[in-house]
Amino acid sequence: MSLVVEEEQRGKEKVSKAVVNDFSIQVATVNGSGSQSSNTVLMRSIFQMGIPVSGKNLFPSNIAGLPTWFTIRANKDGWIARRKEIDFLIAMNPETAREDVMGLDPGRIVVYEETLKLNQYRKDLTFFPIPFAKLATEITSDSRLRKLLANMIYVGVVGNLMDIDPEQMEVALTKQFKGKAKAVALNKTALEIGRKYAKENLDKSLVPYRCEKMNATQGKIIVDGNSAAAIGCMYAGCTVATWYPITPSSSLCEALGDYMKEYRIEKDGKASFAIVQAEDELAAVGMALGAGWAGARAMTSTAGPGISLMQEFVGLGYYAEIPVVIFDITRVGPSTGLQTRTQQSDILSMVYCSHGDTKHIMLIPGSVEECYTLAYEAFDLAEQFQTPIFVMSDLDLGMNNWMADPFKFPEGRTFDRGKVLSAEDLERVGKFERYADIDGDGIPYRTVPGTDHPLASYFTRGSGHNEKANYSERPADYQRNLDRLNKKYETARQYVPQPEVKYANGAKIGFLAFGTTHWAIIESLDQLQREQKMPVSYFRLRAVPFTKHLVEFFEKHDRVYVVEQNRDGQMAMLIKLELPVHLISKLHSIRHYSGLPIDARFVTDEVVAAEKGERK
Amino acid sequence: MSSTVQPPAAAPKNVNRLGIPMSEYKGADSTLCAGCGHDAITSQIIKAFYEYGVEPYQVAKLSGIGCSSKTPAYFLSRSHGFNGVHGRMPALATGVMLANRSLIAVGVSGDGDTASIGMGQFVHLLRRNIPMIYIIENNGVYGLTKGQFSATADLGSKAKSGVVNDLPAIDVCAMAIELGCNFVCRSFAGDPKQMVALLKAALGHKGTALFDVISPCVTFNNHDGSTKSYKYAKDHEELLHEISYVPFFEQISVEYKEGEAKDVELHDGSHIRLRKTALDYDPTNKSDALITLRRCQDSGEFLTGLIYINEEKPDFLSLLNMTNDPLATLPQERTQPSAEDLKEIMAELM
Repeated sequence: MSLVVEEEQRGKEKVSKAVVNDFSIQVATVNGSGSQSSNTVLMRSIFQMGIPVSGKNLFPSNIAGLPTWFTIRANKDGWIARRKEIDFLIAMNPETAREDVMGLDPGRIVVYEETLKLNQYRKDLTFFPIPFAKLATEITSDSRLRKLLANMIYVGVVGNLMDIDPEQMEVALTKQFKGKAKAVALNKTALEIGRKYAKENLDKSLVPYRCEKMNATQGKIIVDGNSAAAIGCMYAGCTVATWYPITPSSSLCEALGDYMKEYRIEKDGKASFAIVQAEDELAAVGMALGAGWAGARAMTSTAGPGISLMQEFVGLGYYAEIPVVIFDITRVGPSTGLQTRTQQSDILSMVYCSHGDTKHIMLIPGSVEECYTLAYEAFDLAEQFQTPIFVMSDLDLGMNNWMADPFKFPEGRTFDRGKVLSAEDLERVGKFERYADIDGDGIPYRTVPGTDHPLASYFTRGSGHNEKANYSERPADYQRNLDRLNKKYETARQYVPQPEVKYANGAKIGFLAFGTTHWAIIESLDQLQREQKMPVSYFRLRAVPFTKHLVEFFEKHDRVYVVEQNRDGQMAMLIKLELPVHLISKLHSIRHYSGLPIDARFVTDEVVAAEKGERK
Repeated sequence: MSSTVQPPAAAPKNVNRLGIPMSEYKGADSTLCAGCGHDAITSQIIKAFYEYGVEPYQVAKLSGIGCSSKTPAYFLSRSHGFNGVHGRMPALATGVMLANRSLIAVGVSGDGDTASIGMGQFVHLLRRNIPMIYIIENNGVYGLTKGQFSATADLGSKAKSGVVNDLPAIDVCAMAIELGCNFVCRSFAGDPKQMVALLKAALGHKGTALFDVISPCVTFNNHDGSTKSYKYAKDHEELLHEISYVPFFEQISVEYKEGEAKDVELHDGSHIRLRKTALDYDPTNKSDALITLRRCQDSGEFLTGLIYINEEKPDFLSLLNMTNDPLATLPQERTQPSAEDLKEIMAELM
């Protein structure tokens, strides 16, 4: 009993110490309710105040009516990975409201639609009931609009309670509804009503979380990974993109289409590109391969189930040696699993995509900048190595909003179109064998259809062929070809994006991670240093096949924790295959696979427990 | 393709209007069974491309998997060829034409490759109207895997093993017309003259030209009881019209009388002349085409000739508003926006 009283008092206690620029806000709502724009305005307002911020949308596979959570994390130190703990809950969804409230740590803030009566569930939280529905009726009698505007009202309430600069809120709002004067006006009114209500009715001193101006975001952009990749593809000179809709990758080719229409229409009004929505993923990758074979910079984009469907064609692409770029924005399996949740679980299905002896090059962007830069690299590598190149992003990176420095133009860089022989080259060389290893790097020369020279043509087949691309089932021919393909893969090790390696002074252990896991790792490194005085090195992998740096990293540490977001430690398996036997026992695997983005605390706890011998 | 090219004034013998000998249109030796209908088709492809005067380097040969799909190796060795995966030639062809619209795509498929495993892609290729010639070497049987029925095998048709097919056949021509294909023809591997005329007409067409060729399988489907055997085909062919083809570089002669023949102008300016036989038939009328196909099907006949043609519909590449130059060879300055553009994009995201 006394415990309850104490908690009750603590919940109501006036805040003496403000928590500045370090909090997470969660908006619990239903999808299709139009909260996305409001949440973006809220996030952008904080961003425009110069505070590092990230926004993560946790949404269902549904169009309207199912629970959705949007989490904004602001952190003055720049930690923008997901954080498990929520400081400020905006509870708009009756269906999940109770659970949302029960999940909070004591002392946290809840803003909610007053009719939900959430204050009955906990005594140790600070509750702010708001009559959202009633307030919205002040603006309009249109019931549908009222629902939408209620979302902007909570933005106003939060803005007031947390000291978000009203001017920046207006800027963010105007940007969000750009060009729609009526929407801007209505939403501004809603925002103001929220601010005013909070000012007049709520005791702000109960809220410890505050926003104060910083300048950590000046000149930065906010973008999702799929849009960033689309910009990268456009600047990489992609001319053919063929795709089939699938979450979370659809927005990549859709964004590409939007950008291309803006920046790749020529003076005569004609397009320097073709984007085709195919009938399925088999067709999508088939078209891209056909285009790559014919000389175009071609790509497709998909998610795990699409990769499964593309397998046969990808194998053909490997054996027939056709350049193509395949983005996999990974998510939880299977097709009708948690398809709107994030995971890094297609590693093996990409690297070993298809049947027979195949293995592929895979690039792994860890940020939106790298979605942009590695898209460019992918097109160069595809043509340089005449093979399918996978780019592994994930739902968290692809669909969520991330801060970044503005992307740099690839100044002075010319596309590497690879070893393509023109009619003039053929005339000069006087000989052409499609699959001959002339340069000793395993990469043959190719010609594209339409080359006007009697030596140019060859017949492409997946079946056995000799160096002249003639049909052959001779064992020696087949094996020689396989060995050359292997040599090509070995050559690729020097050309794929190198890892980012940071050796910490006196570190006995190291992290090895990749993709979005990076954001939890860098925060965990800080936690381990501050809380445990534990220096940890960090190897951020950016591509498969691995480079020489991998073995070196294992040699220099007693234990290497491979952290990844899948159940079976797929990357750990690949690494074990490459490590010398005596180093394998140094590999320890940490795996996060709930469908939510990995967070730093999880990593820190796992490592600390393992180092104490509590985990095997 | 230009419509005003004149033949060379004093053309040397044994070469076509481009000065290229027939031998340049040949390919590797066939490895199919002796007497295979597919080899007869290969010969007519060589003849038609030679006579039409197609530049071999401008041709892309595409195929899926099966006996039919091996044949692109046996013609036009000076053209690039791509033997893809089973039933997926349409996707490859689509990609090739997106990359380089100046190519002439010839796809060779079979009845299994098209009407079973590849049905989905076939349907969407027709729906898009990808500019290409799509040849189905149709024998109603899976040859390469030794004699299983395909989806075009006729109801009641007997396999070599004695098994009777109890599922109805898919009529690829009727389906193609329904799906909006604007050039649908059918022939028989034993009728070289008609095949050559139709192939040349297909070369002059803009959009997908579907060519269904009944091509008996001498090993697995040429016995009594088979409805795709040489004997059955010869006995049951319903000829729509006799066909002749007038290339775009030849003057149209006036040797036909109104009412006895119909002259259809193709996209490249050439003409296909249909001399009527038994039927009073208009290949530009979609409903007539479908009704005629159905009538023949009901009576166990198969219709040959130009079944349906419409030169009006835009092809897929026109719909995409693509530049006329091949996308594959556009230089970097045309495929990479400027640094200023990037700044503008970045400013939007700030």
